[in-house]
Amino acid sequence: MARFILRRTLQALIVLLVMSFVIYGLIGLMPGDPVDMMAAGNPGATPEVIAHLRAIYGLDQPLALRYWHWLLAALTGDFGFSRTHSQPVLEVLAPALWQTCKLMVISFVVSVLLSFTLGIIAARKPGGVVDGLISLFAFAGISVPVFWLALMMILVFAVDLHWFPASGISTLGEGGFIDQARHLVMPVTTLALATTGGFIRFVRASMIEVMRMDHVRTARAKGATEARVVLIHAFRNALIPVVTVMALSFGVLFNGALLTETMFAQPGMGKMIYDAILGNDFNLALVGLLFATLVTLASNLVADLAYGWLDPRISLK
Amino acid sequence: MSATTDLAPPPRTDAAIGPWRLRWRRFRRHRTGMASLVILALLVLFALAAVPMQHLLGIDPDATDLLSRFDPPSAAHWLGTDDAGRDELIRLMVGGQISLLVGLVATAIGGVIGLLIGVTAGYFGGRLDALLMRITDGMIALPLLPLLIVLGAVDLTKLGFSSDFAHSTAASFWRIIIIISIVDWTSIARLVRAATLSIKDRDYVRAARASGAGASYVMPAHVLPNVATPIIVALTLTVGRVILFESVLSFLGFGITPPTPSWGNMLNNAQELVTTAPGLAVYPGLLIFITVIAVNFLGDGLQAAFDPRSEQ
Repeated sequence: MARFILRRTLQALIVLLVMSFVIYGLIGLMPGDPVDMMAAGNPGATPEVIAHLRAIYGLDQPLALRYWHWLLAALTGDFGFSRTHSQPVLEVLAPALWQTCKLMVISFVVSVLLSFTLGIIAARKPGGVVDGLISLFAFAGISVPVFWLALMMILVFAVDLHWFPASGISTLGEGGFIDQARHLVMPVTTLALATTGGFIRFVRASMIEVMRMDHVRTARAKGATEARVVLIHAFRNALIPVVTVMALSFGVLFNGALLTETMFAQPGMGKMIYDAILGNDFNLALVGLLFATLVTLASNLVADLAYGWLDPRISLK
Repeated sequence: MSATTDLAPPPRTDAAIGPWRLRWRRFRRHRTGMASLVILALLVLFALAAVPMQHLLGIDPDATDLLSRFDPPSAAHWLGTDDAGRDELIRLMVGGQISLLVGLVATAIGGVIGLLIGVTAGYFGGRLDALLMRITDGMIALPLLPLLIVLGAVDLTKLGFSSDFAHSTAASFWRIIIIISIVDWTSIARLVRAATLSIKDRDYVRAARASGAGASYVMPAHVLPNVATPIIVALTLTVGRVILFESVLSFLGFGITPPTPSWGNMLNNAQELVTTAPGLAVYPGLLIFITVIAVNFLGDGLQAAFDPRSEQ
């Protein structure tokens, strides 16, 4: 077990290291570089001055060397300065992370509850009318473009009905709990709808499989109530693959969060990364992307551990 | 002996029909799958109708007319005009061509990458397998959308392309195809590897290898036919995912560059349009939604037709 965690952690670190190099290289390929931007705001910058600036900032050095210097600094906790926020990168990251956490955790809980309920109901009579409707809902959730779903939510519930605010996290001058909650309703609904579809399909498939097993028939034969059979005997076993899939879906959830935050102007990680890329804020984009990768890798590890914990038959090597 | 000659020919059994006819037969009974196939055919016709419709109505999809912005639907412009006075319907048709084409081509390229990696890993095994699978695991673990955005933001002139080419539609078309296909091949690779592993030690494959057949013969002749059906299902689902990725990237401004329309970039300023011309924010997204849901139902139908056990 300990060996398993150790080996997987090492693997994750290697992936992270490789990714940091790839992203570092890619970010260098984005339009403009820091010196171009300084020069753009300063008409007096002659080519000599620009070359000098490049030398000062080390931009004339080869990629591998620049990356090495960045890595050494990063390992000591120095991730540089955010150009657009004029703050150290980590200070920009922390509040954005908190915002994204709120959005993702609430959406995830909503999505899990919804998919357990609908998935179990659908699995009761596979092929029936109710199952068909729930399947349609699930497929719709998988297939809808998240940004367009957000647009439609804005169109209907903000523009037409005026029920919820279209963007931001709080009204200026208010910002109480109710106000903040009202601002979260549409982003959470959008993100939850976008992730529920896949979950429902997994819960349904897993439940159908378990309901066919002998121990379920035995439970029925012994006279257990239907609710007990479904919720205790079947659901517990159906959970095992489902939990893994859910933990593994962190990447999908994060993709969705990026779009939801961008559409509803929520200052979270996703919008921060997007704005950083648009605004040529290299340091911030790099750290944001690496952080997203790190969390995804960590959630995959948790998924594997949860699998072993829920199903003692599986031994982790 | 006349009793035997008078007998009607034995009824054709499943084995006599051939596997593909049988699969098609099963698929035809899958209602949502068939309905999706029809819807997709209609969508393709809709996209292909762009050129005839342009001639019929005498409209250039890229011609802007600032005097007729946001025109309501009329005989000349069936769905009205967009924020630059261009015909919305024709642009939806042309955009459909781009979006569907990106979906198909990127899936094909990603499929070939996945196939090569999966077969290589499964067939040769050992260290090569371990390395390729660690790369695949690493790919799966990545947050795809932010990565695609970074890839889409790459300035092609820094890679040595001319400025003219870097800002052309062709460049944006091929760039989006390449960046999607280099990240979205992992599910195919895993599938193919697993299938290859299970097939390569069967007796008939061993016999082929013992008679001197090399990998270049065994793979196409014995391995591929056996992994065809799960790959077709996975590829179908990939098309849906790719169309979604294309729409998101184009919407965010990292995909197909305007004025060439795609369903994604037609929503570029939809956030402002929501209040002024809601229709313009609805149509392109609705078409993406219908396409992707039909593709996913098609995949579901194919799965059921190819693997009857899954439907019990």
